Amino acid sequence: MEKETLTFWILGWFLLILSGVLETSNSSLVESLESTQGYDYSKYHSMDEIYRWMEDVKQGNPELVSSAVYGHTYEERNITLLKLGLENPEGREKKVIWVDCGIHAREWIAPAFCQWFVKEIVNSYKTNKKLEQMLQNLDIYVTPVINVDGYIFTWANDSTRLWRKSRSTPPPGSSCYGVDLNRNFNANWGTVGVSFDSCANTYCGKSPGSEPEAQAVMDFVGKMVNQTLCFLTIHSAGQLILLPYGHPEISAPNYDELVSVGEAAAAKMKKVHGMGYTVGTSPQILYPNSGSSRDWARLIGIPFSYTFELRDKGEFSHLLPEEQIQPACEEAYAGALSIITYVHEKTFNSGTLPNASVFGVAIMIWSSVMAVSLTTGVMV
Amino acid sequence: MFYLCLKPLLSRDKPTRDKSSTLLTPEGQSPSGQEVIVQEKTEENVMATGELNINHYPARRAAQVVQHYLNTRYGSPYRLLQLHKVHRGNAEDVADSGRKYELEISVQELNGNTTDKCSAEILFPRGEQQRSPQVQASCEEPLKINTKAQEEALYQQYKMNSGLLSAQHLPDSYGHIEPDMKPFWHLSIVAASFVMLNESSENTLYNMAQVANITQLATENDQLKFDSHILLHEMVSQEIIHWKLLFTWSPPDGVKVLQMEQLPHRHEGEKPLNTN
Repeated sequence: MEKETLTFWILGWFLLILSGVLETSNSSLVESLESTQGYDYSKYHSMDEIYRWMEDVKQGNPELVSSAVYGHTYEERNITLLKLGLENPEGREKKVIWVDCGIHAREWIAPAFCQWFVKEIVNSYKTNKKLEQMLQNLDIYVTPVINVDGYIFTWANDSTRLWRKSRSTPPPGSSCYGVDLNRNFNANWGTVGVSFDSCANTYCGKSPGSEPEAQAVMDFVGKMVNQTLCFLTIHSAGQLILLPYGHPEISAPNYDELVSVGEAAAAKMKKVHGMGYTVGTSPQILYPNSGSSRDWARLIGIPFSYTFELRDKGEFSHLLPEEQIQPACEEAYAGALSIITYVHEKTFNSGTLPNASVFGVAIMIWSSVMAVSLTTGVMV
Repeated sequence: MFYLCLKPLLSRDKPTRDKSSTLLTPEGQSPSGQEVIVQEKTEENVMATGELNINHYPARRAAQVVQHYLNTRYGSPYRLLQLHKVHRGNAEDVADSGRKYELEISVQELNGNTTDKCSAEILFPRGEQQRSPQVQASCEEPLKINTKAQEEALYQQYKMNSGLLSAQHLPDSYGHIEPDMKPFWHLSIVAASFVMLNESSENTLYNMAQVANITQLATENDQLKFDSHILLHEMVSQEIIHWKLLFTWSPPDGVKVLQMEQLPHRHEGEKPLNTN
């Protein structure tokens, strides 16, 4: 009798402490929410708003977020990224995940996703142990808008909304602006799926990396290539997960693994809202192309490199309604996190199954419940 | 120097055996130092024949053509069919004619929860002139959702000539369409489907991107009549192509296109697009 009462009190005391701990962590959750609270992630935002938002997120979460300007656009605007990461408790070297959005100006859902992605991490890392661990091992670099000039141009008036390229001035003899930045990277440049006509929407520029936006990415990521595990470049539309290469006759050495990791991500994405994403190389499921950022990343040795083509499948194409921003971002987040988690586990927890931690927690809970039930004599 | 470091990495990613490919270094030059000849790799060269992979683009592009065809036949302000899935596909060369695709697909109706199965045959003609694909398709239940009442109500409302409709930018930059403009957005997609069907080939994938402008003209022969400026998105070239369409609609007669004209896109003095 006495022993049972004592156990009962210990259990009650334990629960009291636990609720106290949860409360304090809830209030810091509110703090970080405040910095992102006034911002509507289910609306499209102008570049000015995005620049301001990056400042706010950085200032509101200094222990997690820092920023860097790593290049300038043709019209000399800042190309800015947010770096998400926590200090490694053992002082180990961090590995790198790269996420970029908005290479193509009219693909508005992509910058919307990069903002959503940052918001999700900011709002959940304090209560998600796995995410916290990953952020201690990884620095995630997020560029919400690479093609800033193009993006701003799509906001100018109703007739500019469907602009795709950068806003570089016409080459001699032409009156057409802009280069398709995703054909300008130094990866089998100019070989397939491009045009050399400056008026074309797949104009690859005058030489690989001729465009400052593409060169900025290559310079910055190039310096970190040895630490970079994963390169995700976000686009719309089509609901596809593209793996390297865009050239129909070149295969990545880890093609099979790229496919299986991509398929796993697509499966996770489908669970969210039932939307199907097709996985494959661009020449298989879309069209051949060259000079893409994804190809460049794989070529220089980054093992996991994917292009995400987000919603939809043609009904609205690039003019995705704002009411679809949230569901599109939710499923894209699940997909991106799936890949990031995989590369993290492969690098830092290799030898254990990706679901090991979940399994371990389940065992712990079960054994605690069993222990409690045995001491109190309560049937479970 | 940077590129020299990359070369050993590049050589790891082996090109698959193919006699026409050139090993491509980061500089885009062949090892001999000469510039790589830009291979005008027309997609016919690598077109799959026989049983098609349902996830790969040849089946997808042919299926999209079927979608356009079905919308020209069955589309209305309240009925649009969208490709849901390709279940099976087969392609073969037809001597002196072109390439014939046989597809089993399913389509989904606007606001519909169920899908409908369709069988289709598409012939992409080959020859000196670019001719439109020829499509035969039959679906199990193409007119499942009853839209008669809504169509009749819309028709009667706009048949009276007072206050002719005029709308721009459907959808707008934020993807928004006013609810009472949605039927006209759908109607424009149906009219656009005639163009998209005509213009399609194995090397294209068309969707309507936006209605720049739609203006109602006086009702003629009991047909509502519209003048429209629509923007098509062609996926493979990633171009936005402008068309002017003059079309009519009534519930019994469906959509009929009277005139279609491709517009040169003169934006900031850009060169006009070549017609197909």
